Amino acid sequence: MNKLIIFHIIGWILNFEAGFMVLPLIVAAIYKEQSGFAFLIAIGLCLLFGIPMSLIKPTSSHFYAKEGFITVALGWIVLSLFGALPFFISREIPSYIDALFEIVSGFTTTGSSILSDVEALSYCMLFWRSFSHWIGGMGVLVFILSILPLAGGENIHFMRAESPGPSVEKLVPRIKTSSKMLYTIYFGMTLLMILLLLLGKMPLFDTLTLTFGTAGTGGFSVKNSGLADYTYYQQTVITIFMFLFGVNFNFYYLILLRKFKAAFKSEEVRWYFLIFSGAILLVSLNTGGFKGFFSSIHHAAFQVSSIMTTTGYSTLDYNQWPTFSKTILVLLMFIGACAGSTGGGIKVSRIVILFKSIGKELSYLLHKRSIKVLKFEGKKIQHETMRSINTYFVTYTFIFIASLLIISLDNFDFTSTFTAIAATINNVGPGLEAVGPTGNFGGFSDLSTLVMTFDMLIGRLEIFPILLLFTPDTWKK
Amino acid sequence: MKILIVGCGKVGSTLAEQLDREGHDIIIIDNKASVIDYITDTLDVIGIVGNGASYHILLEAGIETADLLIAVTGSDELNLLCCLFAKKASSCNTIARVRNPQYNEEINFIREEMGLSMTINPELEAANEMFQLIRLPSAIKIDTFADGRVELLKFQIPKDSILDGMKIMSMNRQFNSKVLVCAVERGDQVFIPSGTFLLKANDKIFFLASPKIAAEFFLHIGITSNHIKNALLIGGGTLAVYLTNKLLANGIKVKIMEQNLDRCNELSEMFPEALIINANASDNNILAEEGIKEMDAFASLTNLDEENILLSLYANKVSKAKIFTKITRLAYEDIIEEMPLGIIVNPKIITADRIIQHVRAMSNRKGSNVETLYKIVGSKVEALEFRVKSNSAFVGVPLEKLELKPNLLVSCINRQGKIIIPNGQDTIQLGDTVIIVTTNTGLNDLGDILL
Repeated sequence: MNKLIIFHIIGWILNFEAGFMVLPLIVAAIYKEQSGFAFLIAIGLCLLFGIPMSLIKPTSSHFYAKEGFITVALGWIVLSLFGALPFFISREIPSYIDALFEIVSGFTTTGSSILSDVEALSYCMLFWRSFSHWIGGMGVLVFILSILPLAGGENIHFMRAESPGPSVEKLVPRIKTSSKMLYTIYFGMTLLMILLLLLGKMPLFDTLTLTFGTAGTGGFSVKNSGLADYTYYQQTVITIFMFLFGVNFNFYYLILLRKFKAAFKSEEVRWYFLIFSGAILLVSLNTGGFKGFFSSIHHAAFQVSSIMTTTGYSTLDYNQWPTFSKTILVLLMFIGACAGSTGGGIKVSRIVILFKSIGKELSYLLHKRSIKVLKFEGKKIQHETMRSINTYFVTYTFIFIASLLIISLDNFDFTSTFTAIAATINNVGPGLEAVGPTGNFGGFSDLSTLVMTFDMLIGRLEIFPILLLFTPDTWKK
Repeated sequence: MKILIVGCGKVGSTLAEQLDREGHDIIIIDNKASVIDYITDTLDVIGIVGNGASYHILLEAGIETADLLIAVTGSDELNLLCCLFAKKASSCNTIARVRNPQYNEEINFIREEMGLSMTINPELEAANEMFQLIRLPSAIKIDTFADGRVELLKFQIPKDSILDGMKIMSMNRQFNSKVLVCAVERGDQVFIPSGTFLLKANDKIFFLASPKIAAEFFLHIGITSNHIKNALLIGGGTLAVYLTNKLLANGIKVKIMEQNLDRCNELSEMFPEALIINANASDNNILAEEGIKEMDAFASLTNLDEENILLSLYANKVSKAKIFTKITRLAYEDIIEEMPLGIIVNPKIITADRIIQHVRAMSNRKGSNVETLYKIVGSKVEALEFRVKSNSAFVGVPLEKLELKPNLLVSCINRQGKIIIPNGQDTIQLGDTVIIVTTNTGLNDLGDILL
């Protein structure tokens, strides 16, 4: 295994993290906050390890999928371990395990919080919390690939390991250009949203943090009331942009190239929109008794958009909703957003393909000798892809069950226990009952907190990179 | 440039690798998913599984904004079809591999009617290259500049040569020959030598000279330039046919050994002046009987690489002939290069090289002033031909006064057809073309040679 290249890249991840931390440092300076010093120390520590590691010159520039997975898995763990330092050093989150949960929740764009009082945090901490959503949404390695002159086709292994979806492909032949384009689209949309929110008279700090949280489909808010206290206009902008950030970025690339027909033919986007609209319809009808017709559509749309894209913002305590609507929300958690977006969950494309495979199986039972080719996005689904989607689903289920079992030891009610795992492994944020929009994840034991931290990473990195770290064969010569 | 490559076999993947390294955007199309998977895992390209002659696959690959389409699948017809559709879908240039000898006879017609920028016939190119080397037997490789007026020759110093232990500047004085040694390959290392460089036996030297001067040089250093008078070819395939044509036209006697009787009859009909032997060459008695020991040139051109290698090893042992070995499929180039197989002829590599040179010429016409570019010694050394189009800092200044980058030699100046092998007092003038040999890659303009 080409260990040197793994160290080299992780070194750069730390260097970039130090760079990212400069922004909350500036925020601390603006608001004259003591906690800013925690960032100075954290930056120092990142560079202390990052610079020597990034100076390691790999003897061979060749590497394979294995190195890609390990780099992504280890890289994100290192990113989180160092990212938790500001919270811990400043004592704003005194328990390191809790701080780790919080920052992992940030980078994996989950949005679950152990904090019972969000507003007690300093501005710079709140900024770092939300900014981590923006960084983790499109991916740290993708960012690095777009900037560093890392030549070579094998870098696709990093992109494939970090980007979500059953099969990741480049937009253009060169990976550096492809990564740059992704980040350009991401950046552009972020700016647009900031502008629209500022136009809606949202204070700058709230605008920035909420935009970061929306762009990365994360979900950290800066008020204890979540998003309940913002205006209808502001909430609607967020609804729309949450939806937009859950769309496959390939779609936006095609739009940029003016290939409108090809873009709108995208099967995944069409299913996404269908599920989205269907869910809003059902939920609005079901919650219709609440405060009037227009209001119920508004809140249904917001909540469906929030949960389906796995952002996790809420405008009201949906624990009060009827069971049907709550069940729809939980189902949406599992479905998730489109592949190739910043959203989590199992992903629309996988769900659609899995359903199609049910049809194929039934057909086989009736006609043993029939040959049926499944298609998605107009192309035949390769055997390898089908196999890996099936395995993904199975592994996901096993990990879900194991996590469920472990945190059930904390003796919360079943709904809270179940949705706690559902919300973390799908990178949603809030669940139901005790971990719902008005609750938090602070009441869990350290063991459970670690399990859920693990689940959040599993969810964002789509299981296998992390699992490979625990496979003995990976480390054998 | 944006380049589409159809066909991801040996030629396609070699092209993709080299062109990717030179910074072009590559999209590669092939029918086999496994091949595309492999290539996208190792190169920074996009791979599409599909039929390159299908219009919608070409569209998906982005043919409309492509600069060049290269069709190198196994089928001539498919290649031509791809290029035809590409021409209709966009204004890109097209290159097709066409190897069928029947098409070769009408290749100009095909090229013009289908609007191809270039067609490439691997066997013909390999035969041409072999013929060049037969013409000048002492050389290992010959590349040409200035439309053939200047040659870059690769030559290995034999063990008991007078060049062994001689300094380069003494060499020029002693033999009164105007050749410029521009690169020396010793084992794994490459040197751009100055006058005080000491040559050793087994060094592979690269030097520039006009063809006439090159022949004189070989004479002077005592290489009995055996004019090759006869050649024994094993295997009567397409390559052998093209080569035989050229050899016979130049008065060289040809003996072809082919084991298929029907093919022998065909060959005999095509070449009444050649001697066609129907035999299996793996029997070394037959080779001895047909006088392998007295042959001037020997070429193993059967379809089996392994058989070619064995035949050449044998020929190397029993004769002093100049040996050529055709290798098409085998990898393990490092090991094969160390075996005494004479000149390795790999039609696929030759094809890829020709196409790459054409691509360089294309991209250079768009930007820099590089007219020709060869990579020698693997990719460690570049030999470039620049045209001096405008007045610059180096025009009119004696070479010895110019502050040139290290490991760089101004090897040759072509002034309106006159070839000048420069010494320190010569100058570069407007309108000249200049040949630079250097280990620095990425020179785009003649000005880049200055520090």
